[in-house]
Amino acid sequence: MRGASRSKNTQILDKRVCMTNCPTLIVTVGLPARGKTYISKKLTRYLNWIDVPTKEFNVGQYRRECVKIYKSFEFFRPDNEEGLKIRKQCALAALNDVRQFLTDEGGQVAVFDATNTTRERRETIMRFAEQNGFKVFFVESVCEDPDVIAENIVQVKLGSPDYTHCNTEEAVADFMKRIKCYENSYQPLDEELDRDLSFIKIIDVGRRYLVNRVQDHIQSRIVYYLMNIHITPRSIYLCRHGESDLNVKGRIGGDSGLSARGKQFADALGQFIQSQNISDLKVWTSQMKRTIQTAEAVGVPYEQWKALNEIDAGVCEELMYEEIQLKFPLEFALRDQDKYRYRYPKGESYEDLVQRLEPVIMELERQENVLVICHQAVMRCLLAYFLDKTAEELPYLKCPLHTVLKLTPVAYGCKVESVCLKVEAVNTHRDRPKNVDVSRQAEEALLTVPDHQ
Amino acid sequence: MSAWLQQEAGSTSSAEAKKSEPRGQEKKCSWASYMTNSPTLIVMIGLPARGKTYMSKKLTRYLNWIGVPTKVFNLGVYRREAVKAYKSYDFFRHDNEEAMKIRKQCALVALQDVKTYFNEEGGQIAVFDATNTTRERRDLILHFVQENAFKVFFVESVCDDPEVIAANILEVKVSSPDYPERHRERVMDDFLKRIECYKVTYQQLDPDEYEKDLSFIKVMNVGRRFLVNRVQDYIQSKIVYYLMNIHVHSHSIYLCRHGESEHNVQGRIGGDAELSSRGRQFASALRGFIKEHIKLSDLKVWTSQLRRTIQTAEELGVPYEQWKILNEIDAGVCEEMTYEMIQNTFPEEFALRDQDKYHYRYPGGESYMDLVQRLEPVIMELERQGNVLVVCHQAVMRCLLAYFLDKSADDLPYLKCPLHTVMKLTPVAYGCKVEMFYLNVEAVNTHRDRPLSRVVGSHLTPCVKESTLTAQMKLMTVSASE
Repeated sequence: MRGASRSKNTQILDKRVCMTNCPTLIVTVGLPARGKTYISKKLTRYLNWIDVPTKEFNVGQYRRECVKIYKSFEFFRPDNEEGLKIRKQCALAALNDVRQFLTDEGGQVAVFDATNTTRERRETIMRFAEQNGFKVFFVESVCEDPDVIAENIVQVKLGSPDYTHCNTEEAVADFMKRIKCYENSYQPLDEELDRDLSFIKIIDVGRRYLVNRVQDHIQSRIVYYLMNIHITPRSIYLCRHGESDLNVKGRIGGDSGLSARGKQFADALGQFIQSQNISDLKVWTSQMKRTIQTAEAVGVPYEQWKALNEIDAGVCEELMYEEIQLKFPLEFALRDQDKYRYRYPKGESYEDLVQRLEPVIMELERQENVLVICHQAVMRCLLAYFLDKTAEELPYLKCPLHTVLKLTPVAYGCKVESVCLKVEAVNTHRDRPKNVDVSRQAEEALLTVPDHQ
Repeated sequence: MSAWLQQEAGSTSSAEAKKSEPRGQEKKCSWASYMTNSPTLIVMIGLPARGKTYMSKKLTRYLNWIGVPTKVFNLGVYRREAVKAYKSYDFFRHDNEEAMKIRKQCALVALQDVKTYFNEEGGQIAVFDATNTTRERRDLILHFVQENAFKVFFVESVCDDPEVIAANILEVKVSSPDYPERHRERVMDDFLKRIECYKVTYQQLDPDEYEKDLSFIKVMNVGRRFLVNRVQDYIQSKIVYYLMNIHVHSHSIYLCRHGESEHNVQGRIGGDAELSSRGRQFASALRGFIKEHIKLSDLKVWTSQLRRTIQTAEELGVPYEQWKILNEIDAGVCEEMTYEMIQNTFPEEFALRDQDKYHYRYPGGESYMDLVQRLEPVIMELERQGNVLVVCHQAVMRCLLAYFLDKSADDLPYLKCPLHTVMKLTPVAYGCKVEMFYLNVEAVNTHRDRPLSRVVGSHLTPCVKESTLTAQMKLMTVSASE
């Protein structure tokens, strides 16, 4: 569980709670263009966001390191001995790096992203895992829908370093032949033969799942996550509430209503949403007045989530930064030292926020088009998830008022379009000041505080 | 403030829009129930003694706890109504025409009751607990849901492990109303023959052909393997996640509060105080108790992130996990006040809370309903685990207890969870056995009973802690239910 206490008040040692006792090796299985890398990257991003140190190891990368120039599908022919030798070496090199990551670098989950289509290869991996005390969980993707496969190839293969010198037709033709090379020796995970292994078989991009022998909490979370993601094209719109009365005064937290400019923004937002012609849009707000008032102006039904409420600033609620510096200079400095983990006395930390927001993320994954009207810290956490930002970057992501971010999943990541709705607002972004030492002067602490009334 | 309220009143709302209500009328629907639109019929499938009723009851308990109104419709109960005296397995023979007619009739009556539950009683999920082993029967049900625009989700339990089946029969069938004389061997014999009657006509869900467009989960060998097909929505995904996390291995869950804290002694709620000296005594007594009852190496220990639970766990001398979500209910503006102070400073809030303790949210704080949502991952993880000791707080413990003992939202905030007492919960048959252990270390009583009078704005002295009640007032509160 995330959230090992780092409170200065208790004498308890910093116990980072481990989700698993031993590290886990996730092994993807499947023919080319079945979404293995998509799943690997998404899963890695999710696990890191919930604070489980995870890394993916893509054997294709290792192969590209080794064989500088890709010529054609011939490399993958099952009778190409030279090719087979190189590919096996690359797999072993990758496994070596896995061992280093899980044993020496504090990693908890490693995702071994390769076809792993033969039982022999999978047995090699399992022996390796056993030797090193890792648990193994297989994620197999099985898909025969030619449209899905074609779309996959267009989205991610054409842009691959392997095909920079080809035109589209050549690339597609070569790739299809590459897939053929694997087909004959493909041994899918079998309910009977593999009944003692832990795995999830994803069939036809999530239409059906077969789940076998889930061993522990992290595997059950992984299964739950994989069962909630989809690849249907859609967009997620993130924005903050309109400028609030407390924003104008430079105060944090609280539950104030919109300022006049905030109301203008709400109207502009309504118009913007209309103009986008989004089918079946869901609108979510927090349970605080300022987001609700903003949503009201959009004029469509909305759902309120308590989990979307702004970070609780505890004893600092409704204070200005200047007042925090005056009343709690030590706290103020500590926060600047480690903004992600710092917890306001009687309040929350960004780390707490992430845990609180996890069900929202899960539901966002399930949904299609959604507009989330939330708050600065909350929006930073959500953005960090979609754009794979680290805990260090997260608390300093720029989320200005009156700007809508449109996120569209594309290839292995997320396209971001920033739309500023041209209604003026105060700036609420406070950069990290140079001096974060507890002995600093007030001016140094307040150097980066944005202007306000 | 009033301008905003006016705006609220004037706007259009759809079934899904939840506006922030004025004080005292906070929304009564839970967060989870928002996620379902049309009612869903869950249909169990499987031969007898495959755990259908076990899963039905557990699932129903879980869904009700997270605030989704759910009810089980067990066909066996309807059959027993129709055929007063069960004679033998012959009733279940597939060539027994008379019996087949009765059984079909029972199914239709049950489905009618489901319809009433959805359309007139505010139900959102109905669990149709029967064998439903033939396509013919399932087509009947599919026709019913289509006619009424309900969603349907099948849960099939397939098990071929004879030991599991035998254990199942011994645990729940031997004490069934069908077998009043309870002679084990006779019961086992008759029941096994009953199962054979069903096997002849059993048509399993076929994900590749016949049933490929249906939404279902196939649970194989008590959770060893699952096949999940076409999950349609959030509530179905939650159901799948839940079913994948429960198990039938025997284990015990120990629930207790932290030792008595300094705030407890002063009658203050909330805060982050340390243990009093009696609280520290309790922590030592707890260690002795645990050692006596269970191998410490086999036990997981969980605490909140507040000092009083951490200090309690420290005494045990074993590793423990801190969960922020196990923190006590946030009393917002009332944090660290005594009940007398709350009555003096916020008399209206105090009265509102007594009116509807489950839904009432402290200003700037939480409600019991919020707590339940917050605690859901804990419940899920408790289901997955083996033996666990949870050291938590009064409101939190009430929520957890309500889940295990299937208490309603009405009763939940008044469950008795005294300090220095450990509750041991052991799953048994379709429910939970509870044993209470008072560890013989004195503590204040922090329980406030349900008040008899619920008039807003009245200045009747609310019930204060029992320790300061006069004998006369004690009489008034003693009759209030737990």
